[in-house]
Amino acid sequence: MISLGKMAIYGVVFVLALLAAAKAHDSLFAVSAIIFALASAIAIIVTARRTSFSTNVAQAVSGDEYLDGVVRAGMIATMFWGITGFLVGVTIASQLAFPALNLEWAFTNFGRLRPLHTSAVVFAFGGNALIATSFYVVQRTNGVRLAFGNLAWFVFWGYQLFIVLAATGYLMGVTQSREYAEPEWFVDIWLTIVWVAYLLVFLGTLYKRKEPHIYVANWFYLSFIVTIAMLHIVNNMAVPVSFLGSKSYSLFSGVQDALTQWWYGHNAVGFFLTAGFLGMMYYFVPKQANRPVYSYRLSIIHFWSLIFMYIWAGPHHLHYTALPDWAQTLGAAFSIMLWMPSWGGMINGLMTLSGAWDKLRTDPIIRMMVIAVAFYGMSTFEGPMMAIKAVNSLSHYTDWTIGHVHSGALGWVGMITFGSMYYLIPKLWNRDGLYSLRLVNWHFWLATLGIVVYASSMWVSGIMQGLMWREYDAQGFLVYSFAESVAAMHPFYVIRAIGGTMYLAGGLIMAWNFYQTVKGNKRNEAPMGVVVKAA
Amino acid sequence: MSKKDIDEVTGVETTGHEWDGIKELNNPLPRWWLWTMYLCIIWAIGYMIAYPSIPLINASTPGLLGQTSRGDVAIEIAAAKESQKVFRDQIAAKSLVDIRKDEKLFQFARSGGKAAFAVNCIQCHGSGAQGGAGYPNLNDDDWLWGGDLEAIYTTIQHGIRVEADDDTRTSDMPAFAGDEILEKEQIVQVAAFVGSLSKQEVDAEAAKKGAAVYEENCASCHGEKGKGNKEFGAPNLADAISLYGDKQADIIRQVSKPKHGEMPAWVSRLDDITIKQLAIYVHALGGGE
Repeated sequence: MISLGKMAIYGVVFVLALLAAAKAHDSLFAVSAIIFALASAIAIIVTARRTSFSTNVAQAVSGDEYLDGVVRAGMIATMFWGITGFLVGVTIASQLAFPALNLEWAFTNFGRLRPLHTSAVVFAFGGNALIATSFYVVQRTNGVRLAFGNLAWFVFWGYQLFIVLAATGYLMGVTQSREYAEPEWFVDIWLTIVWVAYLLVFLGTLYKRKEPHIYVANWFYLSFIVTIAMLHIVNNMAVPVSFLGSKSYSLFSGVQDALTQWWYGHNAVGFFLTAGFLGMMYYFVPKQANRPVYSYRLSIIHFWSLIFMYIWAGPHHLHYTALPDWAQTLGAAFSIMLWMPSWGGMINGLMTLSGAWDKLRTDPIIRMMVIAVAFYGMSTFEGPMMAIKAVNSLSHYTDWTIGHVHSGALGWVGMITFGSMYYLIPKLWNRDGLYSLRLVNWHFWLATLGIVVYASSMWVSGIMQGLMWREYDAQGFLVYSFAESVAAMHPFYVIRAIGGTMYLAGGLIMAWNFYQTVKGNKRNEAPMGVVVKAA
Repeated sequence: MSKKDIDEVTGVETTGHEWDGIKELNNPLPRWWLWTMYLCIIWAIGYMIAYPSIPLINASTPGLLGQTSRGDVAIEIAAAKESQKVFRDQIAAKSLVDIRKDEKLFQFARSGGKAAFAVNCIQCHGSGAQGGAGYPNLNDDDWLWGGDLEAIYTTIQHGIRVEADDDTRTSDMPAFAGDEILEKEQIVQVAAFVGSLSKQEVDAEAAKKGAAVYEENCASCHGEKGKGNKEFGAPNLADAISLYGDKQADIIRQVSKPKHGEMPAWVSRLDDITIKQLAIYVHALGGGE
């Protein structure tokens, strides 16, 4: 009966989506509606095929078993979107170095591919990693199956649909021009529905937990889910021109609009890319190292101080703009206060390894996690530093910012995700280990060197850019034109693209290792960290 | 949940909680971490006292230092102007020719012109003022509207074909095909003739016929020998420089339906001292008359 009800709902959605496509005011909206209709059609077919109309079939799934299928699907999605996002990243990095690669075609233009890259890596790769690992961790650390039946599967597929709608929209040119929040109002509404379902699954699972206390990883995951919901809704408040058209106008205007956007943008970094992945760290680092967490007290203090401080620091993205001075001062002040709360996570991550440092020699997965935490510490120092107005006056609008973001994104977010996935994959597919640890090591070195090449080229290029813009001659005249600063960046753009390619190559090696592990293969190789004596 | 025990490796007590095999040690907060956090908070409070920070009803707290972003900019601009005052006053007072003669003043004006050029002009004329297709090269001595200081100054001030500016430079070559003044064949012939003016190899037969067409339709502006006329902004056709290309097809296209470039009137965007500096700079690029 439940299946029939579901199919009826999907059917109504299907018809409504088709109607929306037929009545759409612009072709962009029509395409999105057709994608939505297709998704509902697939949902109907899949539900129908799975439905048994016989009445006396025993319940196949016991209510106690962990729901791991959705985590497995999440791992595959993470891998797929990761590779996609890295590839688009390398593409746009190459376009900056060689503009001819824009191909003079709207669909491959930098302006459309750039949000495709950022959303693919942050929301598709990072988001799937967070949703999948949070589903895994919340079950393990509370000793119960995910709440609300298969709602977790709705979250998974609903989120993929959101990604497809957003990505196709970018390529067609649908955007509300808010950085990291480009999707238009109808996609935003869909994400809100999916996200509320996600919150319900997570909270419901916590509610029925068997453990008396809630483990720290879950605090971070929950703060991520709740805050992202709040940020997403407030920043996307807009009035559609028509309910059958893709265009909308923001509720805010002028500097209020800018501040709302950067309150969102900054805390997307804070709660998506920091708090969420700290949740990941708090489960997978102690698991992989097989050591207790260093300090419970530190985890409490740094959790609450982090989430309290982070939310106020957004104005530092608008230093030296029309934003009133007082807001800029507060943004800088809270950014400085944010430094130690951020580092609390680094300390707890690194010190959890005390007593297990020898594993660095033999376990490339631990190595990955350590380098992730190290990059986390580096970029959470760099961030507050760049929020100081005097530093910001040099760094703002330059590639330094891009370098900073990528040392955090590639170094912290990427590496902690890879480490967690390498831990999870054999467990989820019930294999007694990865296909190859040596390939993990290759991935580790390619990714680490790729990040170093990327970040250092952007430091040099960014600081050079900032210095060129402010260079005056002895008589008080500007020395360089903007175009000259662009020309000077070319070699660094090439180097950056090389760094990105290395990172992508590491990702491809991981995908191969993933695939082989799932197939149950084992690579014939010498064990890690054992010195092979010369014959 | 297990009871509190001691971690064997570090000898530290655990909190007694356990989740999926993960325990937590009961280590205190690292002292250096805690004190650094306190220091950051104290610094932040001090910073908020020193600078505008707390929003009130009409304005924010001014901060002990009384600093504002706008105030800082005003101070910097005033200081920059003050340091250049002597030269700027002289540039404002003197004629372009006199500025050119005063070596120190000339150097200053040329630097100022270079900086202004880098911000305002290179988008079309190129960072080396080398121009491009449809955008004149300013390094050579081929001038559409004159290359002496005053002529350059006037061109920068009022631009080319700016509707809103009564003193703008305007030339309007007819579209000889579009307005049905010449037959297609005649245009091909005159193009051959124009090509021959700059010593290109052309169909001699056509050029010969084209000479008559030219005489009748073109010479009044471009001159008998195609040397052009700066009064009308009519380009010199007898040199090797062509704004829109010198291939036969380019010339035919330009005669049939001419492209007409535009340049902004900078008098409404830049102050007179800057425009004078630009004129000095462009004049000194190499082709000034």
